[in-house]
Amino acid sequence: MADYKALYQEVILDHNKKPRNYGTLAHASHHAVGHNPLCGDHISVELNFDRECIDCIAFEGESCAICKASASMMTAAIKGKSRADGEILIEEFLAMATGKLDLDGPNHIGRLAVFAGVCDLPTRVKCAILPWHTLHAAFNSVASASTEAEADPMHGPNGNAKT
Amino acid sequence: MEPFNVERIRADFPILQLQVNGKPLVYLDNAASSQMPRQVIDRLVRYQTNEHANISRAVHYLSETATAEYESARSKLQSFINASEEREVIFTSGATDAINLVMHGYGRKFIKAGDEIILTTLEHHSNIVPWQMLAEETGAKIRVVPIDDAGELLIDEYEKLFNARTRFVGVIHVSNALGSINPVKQMIAFAHAHGVPVLVDGAQAVPHMQVDVQDLDCDFYAFSGHKLCGPTGIGVLYGKAALLEKMQPFKGGGDMILSVTFEKTTYNAIPHKFEAGTPPIAAAIGLGAAVDYLSAIGMDAIAMHERDLLNYATDQLNLVPGVRIIGTAKNKASVISFTIDGVHPHDIGTLLNQEGVAVRTGHHCAQPVMQRFNVPATSRASFSFYNSMAEVDALIAGIRTVQKVFE
Repeated sequence: MADYKALYQEVILDHNKKPRNYGTLAHASHHAVGHNPLCGDHISVELNFDRECIDCIAFEGESCAICKASASMMTAAIKGKSRADGEILIEEFLAMATGKLDLDGPNHIGRLAVFAGVCDLPTRVKCAILPWHTLHAAFNSVASASTEAEADPMHGPNGNAKT
Repeated sequence: MEPFNVERIRADFPILQLQVNGKPLVYLDNAASSQMPRQVIDRLVRYQTNEHANISRAVHYLSETATAEYESARSKLQSFINASEEREVIFTSGATDAINLVMHGYGRKFIKAGDEIILTTLEHHSNIVPWQMLAEETGAKIRVVPIDDAGELLIDEYEKLFNARTRFVGVIHVSNALGSINPVKQMIAFAHAHGVPVLVDGAQAVPHMQVDVQDLDCDFYAFSGHKLCGPTGIGVLYGKAALLEKMQPFKGGGDMILSVTFEKTTYNAIPHKFEAGTPPIAAAIGLGAAVDYLSAIGMDAIAMHERDLLNYATDQLNLVPGVRIIGTAKNKASVISFTIDGVHPHDIGTLLNQEGVAVRTGHHCAQPVMQRFNVPATSRASFSFYNSMAEVDALIAGIRTVQKVFE
């Protein structure tokens, strides 16, 4: 049996309490809003490219600790990266959250590995991946993302929280 | 009658022996679904082992046995809610199905453009969405009874909503999100004075109290079996015979007909008119066993124990700084919605689960209620008669653990 408490580690609780890059940008070239209709949580992600790289990024919204910490650590990890590298990190994070990433193999996950435990909590996977869905939507200038949208290219079978 | 002995009752429920995350299971999600006593499990096994065949069809032994047991379950449900006739008890797949039956069978036949349907802020989505679908189809309008800060319906406002176009009232008996017990008898009497029929969603009421549909004088009463110690996939629509007879069928198929030609089909009499196809026979018989079990304990004894649990849990929660109870109606069933300052309900749910405590977190399929209290979601502890005072203590200890993690 997985130790669920492992998910609520210091680093996650700290990012929940003091989220990095929280707020909005004066000038955003890309932005999107993500919703998790199962719990009503929503976050917005705004970012700006300086040539090839993400120059600044911010998020805000209403969400649980897992979602907020994931968003906070995502913004810290993504800053300065190219869009292509950002897409790779999104792929890797989603794979990790659904238990499909070999953490011992080559990857770019780094400190984000604190979210690896979420794959044992099917109803919480969506909380962790909502910011990443939203970042993906922002990259593609999709106005809004959802953990439920069938058309969303990131949509995957992540378990369904019952209403 | 024997005094209420919760430990003896708990021994009837095999699942309550489970350990979750190394802790004894504390199951406080009874408003979502209740657990099943061995008496019901055994009845299901006996049916599948010795009695199963399709009903109302063949003349052989098993079919006759299954038919008799299925109809006997109907009779038990009739007694349980004190319906005046067996044919007023229609087996459905659950409360949602029962409400949809009324929407299709009654609503689509009798509710027209410009007509008004009264619902309340406390409704579960299952008593909102079907009526919205009807309103969209017909051009009827939905009017909503507001609630106050305690989560009680504003009855003055309800009465003001009535006018010459009011055609139907749908009201939840006990709020699944807040536990408020609504004054449905009084509301029904008022509606009837205006010639308006009333559907009561009783999914959260029948597990907690003695319901007497004749005393309430409701026109329709819907509930689910799986919240009543029965199986999933079975529920009941009670309807007054005169109304059921006027209604059109909901689903077409076998069993609901008297004769079929390609020119004309003659429908069967109630309740069969509304039970197309092979019903969930085992589930219906299991539900019959469940109401036998509950009746043997006594719904009044159940209500008294649950009242003690509610009062104790309310007092204990009120002693924890940072905990706020949402829904403080004077008349409540043993359902408590709460928030903890600075902690999202989903985090509460996951951390309580670590302590073996099962609560529901989210909007409880009652988003209008959440909007009224300006919260995205709550945590909900819902108690059954098999819960103990020690389990209330486990909940409180779990909440303190959650608060420690988020300190």
